[in-house]
Amino acid sequence: MYRYDDFDAAFIRARNAQFRAQVERRIDGSLTEDEFKPLRLMNGLYLQLHAYMLRVAIPYGTLNGARMRQLAYIAERWDKGYGHFTTRQNIQFNWPKLRDVPDMLDALAEVEMHAIQTSGNTIRNVTADHFAGAAADEIEDPRPVAELLRQWSTDHPEFQFLPRKFKIAVTGSPNDRAVTKAHDIGLRMVRDAAGAPGFEVIVGGGLGRTPMIGKVIRDFLPKADLLPYVEAIVSVYNLLGRRDNKYKARIKITVHEHGAEKIRALVEERFAQLRPQFSGVDQARLAGIEAHFAPPDFVSGPTDAYATERDTNPAFRSWSDTNLAPHRNPDYAIATISLKAHGGTPGDATAEQMRVMADLAERYAHDELRISHEQNVVLPHVHKSDLPAVYAALAKAGLATANIGLISDIIACPGMDYCALATARSIPVAQEIATRFGELRTEHDIGPLKIKISGCINACGHHHVGHIGILGLDRAGVENYQITLGGDGTETAAIGERAGPGFAYDEITPAIERLITGYLDLRSGPEETFIETYRRLGAAPFKAALYPESTRRNAA
Amino acid sequence: MSVIVTDTGFQPDDWTGGYVSPEDLPPDDAPPSPLAVALPSDAHPEALAGQLDRIAMIRVDFPGPADGRGFTIARRLRLMGFRGRLRAGGHVIADQYAMACRAGFDEVEIPDALAARQPEDQWLFRANWRDHDYQARLRLDPDATTPYTQR
Amino acid sequence: MSRQFTPKVVTANALIEGDVIYLTADDRWTRHHHEAELIEDHAHAQLRLLFAERQKSTVVGAYLADARRGRDGPEPVHFRETFRAVGPSNYPHGKQAGLIDVQI
Repeated sequence: MYRYDDFDAAFIRARNAQFRAQVERRIDGSLTEDEFKPLRLMNGLYLQLHAYMLRVAIPYGTLNGARMRQLAYIAERWDKGYGHFTTRQNIQFNWPKLRDVPDMLDALAEVEMHAIQTSGNTIRNVTADHFAGAAADEIEDPRPVAELLRQWSTDHPEFQFLPRKFKIAVTGSPNDRAVTKAHDIGLRMVRDAAGAPGFEVIVGGGLGRTPMIGKVIRDFLPKADLLPYVEAIVSVYNLLGRRDNKYKARIKITVHEHGAEKIRALVEERFAQLRPQFSGVDQARLAGIEAHFAPPDFVSGPTDAYATERDTNPAFRSWSDTNLAPHRNPDYAIATISLKAHGGTPGDATAEQMRVMADLAERYAHDELRISHEQNVVLPHVHKSDLPAVYAALAKAGLATANIGLISDIIACPGMDYCALATARSIPVAQEIATRFGELRTEHDIGPLKIKISGCINACGHHHVGHIGILGLDRAGVENYQITLGGDGTETAAIGERAGPGFAYDEITPAIERLITGYLDLRSGPEETFIETYRRLGAAPFKAALYPESTRRNAA
Repeated sequence: MSVIVTDTGFQPDDWTGGYVSPEDLPPDDAPPSPLAVALPSDAHPEALAGQLDRIAMIRVDFPGPADGRGFTIARRLRLMGFRGRLRAGGHVIADQYAMACRAGFDEVEIPDALAARQPEDQWLFRANWRDHDYQARLRLDPDATTPYTQR
Repeated sequence: MSRQFTPKVVTANALIEGDVIYLTADDRWTRHHHEAELIEDHAHAQLRLLFAERQKSTVVGAYLADARRGRDGPEPVHFRETFRAVGPSNYPHGKQAGLIDVQI
């Protein structure tokens, strides 16, 4: 894991001192709210529905035990004893007071963390594959490049007041777990003909009001050209992006309005101008960063304990069926800790649970933790013989829910319960669906299925790329939920298709149940997943299941 | 009236020559005189290509503190080879002073009312803009003496 | 008079705490919706909003929200304002901790 050097540490200290002064200047009137707002946002501080909210970056989703423990401390000392992990690998504290925030930032700095550029019209926290460095299917660990991008984008003088927010995601695997095609810039690692790793550069993806799948503007970018190329893209966008309409300000609209060809030409022209600026100093830094991400010293040893436990403990067996993923070392597994207990708030962890996860990481997982965009926590390197002990500790802390990738592993944004932009609630909808399918005990039979819920058109809950997407809206002062079908956030990315009229708050769970019953009838066999059945049959039979009355009417 | 901010603090504006817009630049064969150009925030700096050698000063307008186009404009002008005086003028706040300098501006011009609300000490707080600069670390040759913004 | 005016309250967030607050008839800010001044005409509403917006060092984002007369004082009309008045529905962390008798 990356450790700050003196420069990073001094930077954070200076930055926190600046923010402390900005808070005081807001209170004494030197700064108006209009002036203060972008400054607090670029330091992660929102003013939400009930209170301020501090969004802390977990760069590329990686942290260790000490950092997780400090998050627990912050949750207890300045918040209400819990934190909310988000779809962009951040953690949010929902109840800080303005005067406490500088102290919270100092506490983060003690463990080399910050909240810089987790909001505002800046380059946001760079996200990466949460299985990076552990996945069996990986070309290269994408995190060194993500860290290089973090340093380059931090406090970049040109890009603190962009037309709109700007999100970058990186994956080192052909299997895209970082939703790269729905980002302003997506970087997908590929090899050239000679086998050297570089990037396919995808621009102009995004969800929100106008969902777009990103377009490839460079098939292969050598690694050494990354910073000047990305700088060229953002620089072109800063002048070309619209500032007259917030809903048309993202780069996806710039690309759409000007065309990918024109953007590519402008970027290449600008790249030619910028490339000589990068003399290789950045590559020397990258080499230094790579050293921080050297793989841990994997232990070799028998894995019999794992097999034995699977044979004798059905609960463990069930958990290991859903929550483990293949590790590049066959003696190891990637264990995902579900923050989706049936009926709980998706992505929330109490301070106590954070400490349990920190302990487990230190004891059994080479002191590494990851946050996934699916709002779960990952122990990326667990020797298989340790899995029974890990499971037992998780079970004691209420963290052993065996549902990764299943219907109750729902992504949900905070929605109207917290968010000032929301038009409807998300959390209680997720809670009710998860509770219902937990009671029915059918989710293992239903199999892999991604439900994603957003409480407004901004789509923080990624509903467009859910196999089943749910979008909460305000229809004449009443919450109303639209369902989309067939979305996909992976390397086969697709935007879901709207199924039909929306549902009232108390109709949404029965609607999902009808949809699932329909799927179970339609599938060719237990192996055919929801999304596969949808792709084979199209939307019509699913719509019929969802709207039985209109189908009957049409037939009559 | 306006105040000019540099690393040494506040000064009165010493530029009395006025500005022309890029479209009103005198022809190349006009008698030489110190030329100053005012660029709006939606200007494309490429419009000044080939003209930069005879321009003494460029003032880039900042209509509001959330409009960051001027930072990219400044950087492009420097990369295009502009060596004259580069001024950020308008609604720039003290917290943007470091960004302005790092992007290539020499000075910031603010209205008196803003200078009264954000007095000199709030600007001098960021006169250390050369410190803690990730960009310098990622591209500056350790032996070079000029900041990357000026090269 | 032209169209019928929907009664309003002036609401905002407190600058320091971030809490949802409401303007009272005697120029205080309260945490309780039912203590807010129920404003029943357009001109007065604009005056009260201006009064709130001038308090730049105390409050953020003042606006007029629809309200109606209730048993114990003004009640919110829109569900968003109900959440603001009460707190989130997943934990009793908001104002509901100190409120009684509120319909969610």
